[in-house]
Amino acid sequence: MSKVQDYPSRLSDNASRKFETFSYLPAMTDKQIREQVQYIVDQGYNPGVEHTEVENAMENYWYMWKLPMFGETDVDTILAECKACHDANPENHVRLIGYDNYAQSQGASMVIYRGKGFK
Amino acid sequence: MAKKGYDAGVKEYRDTYWMPEYEPVDTDILACFKITPQPGVPREEVAAAVAAESSTGTWTTVWTDLLTDLDHYKGRAYRIEDVPGSDDAIYAFIAYPIDLFEEGSIVNVLTSLVGNVFGFKALRALRLEDIRFPIAYVMTCGGPPNGIEVERDKMNKYGRPLLGCTIKPKLGLSAKNYGRACYEGLRGGLDFTKDDENVNSQPFMRWRDRFGFVQDAIERAERETGERKGHYLNVTAPTPEEMYKRAEYAKELGTPIIMHDFFTAGFTANTGLANWCRDNGLLLHIHRAMHAVVDRNPNHGIHFRVLAKCLRLSGGDHMHSGTVVGKLEGDRDSTLGWIDCMRDSFIKEDRSRGIFFDQDFGSMPGMFPVASGGIHVWHMPALVNIFGDNSVLQFGGGTLGHPWGNAAGAAANRVAVEACVEARNAGRELEKESKDILTSAAKHSPELKVAMETWKEIKFEFDTVDKLDIQHK
Repeated sequence: MSKVQDYPSRLSDNASRKFETFSYLPAMTDKQIREQVQYIVDQGYNPGVEHTEVENAMENYWYMWKLPMFGETDVDTILAECKACHDANPENHVRLIGYDNYAQSQGASMVIYRGKGFK
Repeated sequence: MAKKGYDAGVKEYRDTYWMPEYEPVDTDILACFKITPQPGVPREEVAAAVAAESSTGTWTTVWTDLLTDLDHYKGRAYRIEDVPGSDDAIYAFIAYPIDLFEEGSIVNVLTSLVGNVFGFKALRALRLEDIRFPIAYVMTCGGPPNGIEVERDKMNKYGRPLLGCTIKPKLGLSAKNYGRACYEGLRGGLDFTKDDENVNSQPFMRWRDRFGFVQDAIERAERETGERKGHYLNVTAPTPEEMYKRAEYAKELGTPIIMHDFFTAGFTANTGLANWCRDNGLLLHIHRAMHAVVDRNPNHGIHFRVLAKCLRLSGGDHMHSGTVVGKLEGDRDSTLGWIDCMRDSFIKEDRSRGIFFDQDFGSMPGMFPVASGGIHVWHMPALVNIFGDNSVLQFGGGTLGHPWGNAAGAAANRVAVEACVEARNAGRELEKESKDILTSAAKHSPELKVAMETWKEIKFEFDTVDKLDIQHK
């Protein structure tokens, strides 16, 4: 048994909370974030930025940062909006969504700035 | 008076049912049968016989034929093709007028198309290869109670395949121990756990006890991980009354998804349950026990793509599709063809994928194909590549068999699927670079590293029995 490792997730530890896609990977580097933004653009999705306090991450609706960037295909512009949202709300999770208006769903959704207490 | 007089006796089928000049109309139900005739039976005669026996005809002329307009109601054999790679089998294409079938009744369609005709003596073997349901008929069916997009919104899962796990051992656990196994998988990062199909309500674990303990597992795992979780509570039961009783209790508990075995239970039960799920807001996972009995023999039975289309019309939000890479049968191109039939709005004829007809599902929601059976982390890159985001990847042994237990096994699969999606989005070729992608991900996940060491050598490389006819000529 000594070789078996314990699974460390705890109810009492807020850092055990996950936040869906990519939350089981280490936080993305700037290069990785740029690749994901490029993917969202390449798929023809409309980018949108949202944020919320870490303790409310499980709810359906987060705060929308301005409006979704309909038709925006410039990666730098999208990244700048994400950064602006993060700078204004440094303790919150900030996620980038790719709205797929054909499927009427989200084709992508990922936290790109992790909130306070999350690595 | 359309015809003059009544001639008793036996006519050749082809006189009435072989119509090579017939142009199918948009409202016809079309079928492609692979027919292996008895020696000496002409191909037009055998095709016409199948059209007759699956629609209005019987073996002899009867006087009551003349009380109706049989030319309106009869099935029409309108085309014959050689089957590539076979000396004696033919494809027969048959058009059925929509008026032959009760609206919204897959039961009625199948009773005609795959009824008595399969035992017909003039045939050595018969297989229903594909069906085209006209949009006019599709619109009479309820279809998936929720569909892919609604499920994503309800479960809050976007931009990746969903992850599941069938609880093992299949049989014999007590309800409380079973709930424990679910909790461990869910807290480790799975979206869903699943009742194995033969778990119904046996003496060792009655359904009500299982439902209660499993719901407890779901709720605690949600509080712990901050993510939405579900377990396919199997409501398959000996009678419809009992099935609905179990479904009602599942709803009372507030659970998000229930499960049904559509083929052993039958299309009547399935369509009823799908309607119930639509009315009550529960997701419906569909298992397919017994399918291989009818769909695996390449010459006789019903092809799985037909069962998949029928089930989509009858109703289900998930349906098992095979894995291509795991322990169960499934040719790759053929599988891609039928998962299109599960998910897409319009599927074009494509013989290289075994699709014989254009199929328009209109605005009917799609189902998640579920890949399950003998898969583990090393298969993840191929699975993400083959199935894409709109799928449920289900690892039973590949989760529970982890040396550190279910939570670690679940985390290994979750890290692997996210690493594959991340790499795919970044433009990397998953199947070519699979080892590198998984190895890099394992640097941050001891659970994945151990899973990769455990299952390194396991492969299921057996030849496929039911191949596309085009591929082995």
